[in-house]
Amino acid sequence: MKRIITFWIFLISIFVNNAVFSAGPTGKIENIDFSFEGVFGTYDKNQLQRGLQVFTEVCAGCHGLKHVAYRNLGDPGGPELPPEQVKAYAAQFDIYDPELDDERSAIPSDYFGDSMVENAPNLSLMAKARVKGPEYITTLLRSYNEEEKEQAGSVLYGNKLYPGGWIAMAQPLWGDDVEYMDGTEASLEQQSEDVAAFLMWAAEPKLNVRKETGFRAVLLLMLLSVLLYFTNKKLWAPYKNKKA
Amino acid sequence: MGGIPHDKYEPKKGFETWLDKRLPIGRLMYDTLMIPTPKNLNWMWIWGVVLTFCLVLQIITGIVLVMHYTPHVDNAFDSVEHIMRDVNGGWAIRYIHANGASLFFIAVYMHIFRGLYYGSYKEPREVTWIIGMLIYLAMMATAFMGYVLPWGQMSFWGATVITGLFGAIPLIGESLQTWLLGGPAVDNATLTRFFSLHYLLPFVILGLVVTHIWAFHTTGNNNPTGVEVRRTSKEDAEKDTLPFFPYFVIKDLLALVVILAIFAAIVGFIPNYLGHPDNYIEANPLVTPAHIVPEWYFLPFYAILRAFTADVWVVQFASFITGGIIDAKFFGVLAMFGAIAVMGLAPWLDTSSVRSGRYRPQFKWWFALLVLDFLVLTWVGAKPAEQPYSTISLIASSYWFAYFLVILPLLGVMETPHDQPQTIEDDWDANKKKIEPAE
Repeated sequence: MKRIITFWIFLISIFVNNAVFSAGPTGKIENIDFSFEGVFGTYDKNQLQRGLQVFTEVCAGCHGLKHVAYRNLGDPGGPELPPEQVKAYAAQFDIYDPELDDERSAIPSDYFGDSMVENAPNLSLMAKARVKGPEYITTLLRSYNEEEKEQAGSVLYGNKLYPGGWIAMAQPLWGDDVEYMDGTEASLEQQSEDVAAFLMWAAEPKLNVRKETGFRAVLLLMLLSVLLYFTNKKLWAPYKNKKA
Repeated sequence: MGGIPHDKYEPKKGFETWLDKRLPIGRLMYDTLMIPTPKNLNWMWIWGVVLTFCLVLQIITGIVLVMHYTPHVDNAFDSVEHIMRDVNGGWAIRYIHANGASLFFIAVYMHIFRGLYYGSYKEPREVTWIIGMLIYLAMMATAFMGYVLPWGQMSFWGATVITGLFGAIPLIGESLQTWLLGGPAVDNATLTRFFSLHYLLPFVILGLVVTHIWAFHTTGNNNPTGVEVRRTSKEDAEKDTLPFFPYFVIKDLLALVVILAIFAAIVGFIPNYLGHPDNYIEANPLVTPAHIVPEWYFLPFYAILRAFTADVWVVQFASFITGGIIDAKFFGVLAMFGAIAVMGLAPWLDTSSVRSGRYRPQFKWWFALLVLDFLVLTWVGAKPAEQPYSTISLIASSYWFAYFLVILPLLGVMETPHDQPQTIEDDWDANKKKIEPAE
């Protein structure tokens, strides 16, 4: 019994230790305490709603989010907009419907769509496509140094984090780019963190249910391992402690 | 089954007798499950059951994934996202399948190194060992092709690099590569054939696993002493063994459940830890990733592939005597496959008459170094091809070959082994006496 308990304590200590979660090669990426980190971390609904606002009012001008549907905004474990708001959100946009061969206003089952600008990457998986994705995105948005240069006919902007130090995207966030509906101060720090959290949700919408299910599975399997430990011990006892 | 004397199957009256005369399936199951198993097996003997579980897990989750996946370059990436977002429990099935491959390989490496330490490959278990190596090769092919299916950047570029190895074969290389890919480059034809073969190979593995189990049920299990079970009489055999069911079934289940708890934690909390972020970017033939790195379980052999560069004298020598037919690239390919081939030849390269490493004082150290070597190769395989990593991988690759081709043959002659117990029962009783006063 002692042995199996020690074993589990040892393993849990490895898992709870942050080293496992924060292993990454780049030193320049800022360490940010997102609500969804760690074993019990979940998305903060209010933060996702703020991030959605930043995405809609700033990023969406160029970037797409093609794997996400408007209906997902109402899903549990996401921004959790009420159904009327999801409908109203979708209705802001006009999309091309091949069946009508015309434009119509979007409904919840439609998708955000691909990027509006060539070379602006689709962001629906960006938070998983970089090492330490959400922290990378936050840091990138904070790393502009207001320098510009022209190269081969296009303007590049100075960014301390981006490989090479120059990025084709102009500084998108400056502070007070949006007016948050929940009254939170829209500083550059706040907005960059919120939009990164939103993009993490867009990339991994099932994170909350995944961690919950995983936790239950681990607990049940640990319980089963204790039961099997005693079964095994009893089964083998006659052969292990034979009286001489 | 096998030569170990044991109780025979006695059909109970009625249906069992009727069926046994027509289809002896009850007899087959009885003989398989009740096989006399050395009672001194330690915890390194649990990996076989873990591996069987992995195979079944991968087949079941894989079949469900196929129901929702689209093998076409235009849709593959999006269909995986459809599984992750819209299919009920799809995220769980996909993460289990992806991480299940890693569990499969951890288990197979444990299983192989257990065999290498306790001499499980030695006479009379050579055929079991060879079939095991074939299973391992089939696993690598399956895992490689499976990794291509999500059609991310690493899928595409990994496939490009690895199939490029076949292009290194002299004369026929280029035509062979084109034939494998179904065209001049990795494209839709490659994706569809990899999909087809990724579905087929697991069933080939299943067949090989049955043969693997059949083979060692004929010879009987090896055990930590390497001493054979006595076959002189049923009474003697029963002093050395216990039936697989229930004793080892429960023991193996305990180990499996502990391992699955760890696995569930990985799937639940860090499902992308073992993956590469670039594979969440859709494949793009026009953009090459900064570092193309294979999955962790290929890294040791990837390191061997890259170790032999054109400036190494062995390579230059091989190039000179073959008139340039063997260049550095082809040499690397030969080294990579050779590394697995020498492992397969272990039964004939190991000259020692003692089976278990437990009674071989010098072998123990060389074996420990081999384990360390394997870990070093895994680590260096993920590093860029530059100094000091090039030298490290060259030394580590050389040791891999030296262990099998030089050390194993020589040790058998030079080493004086310790005394082995006469029987498994002696070993068992010796251990028991040590534990008894404490309990």
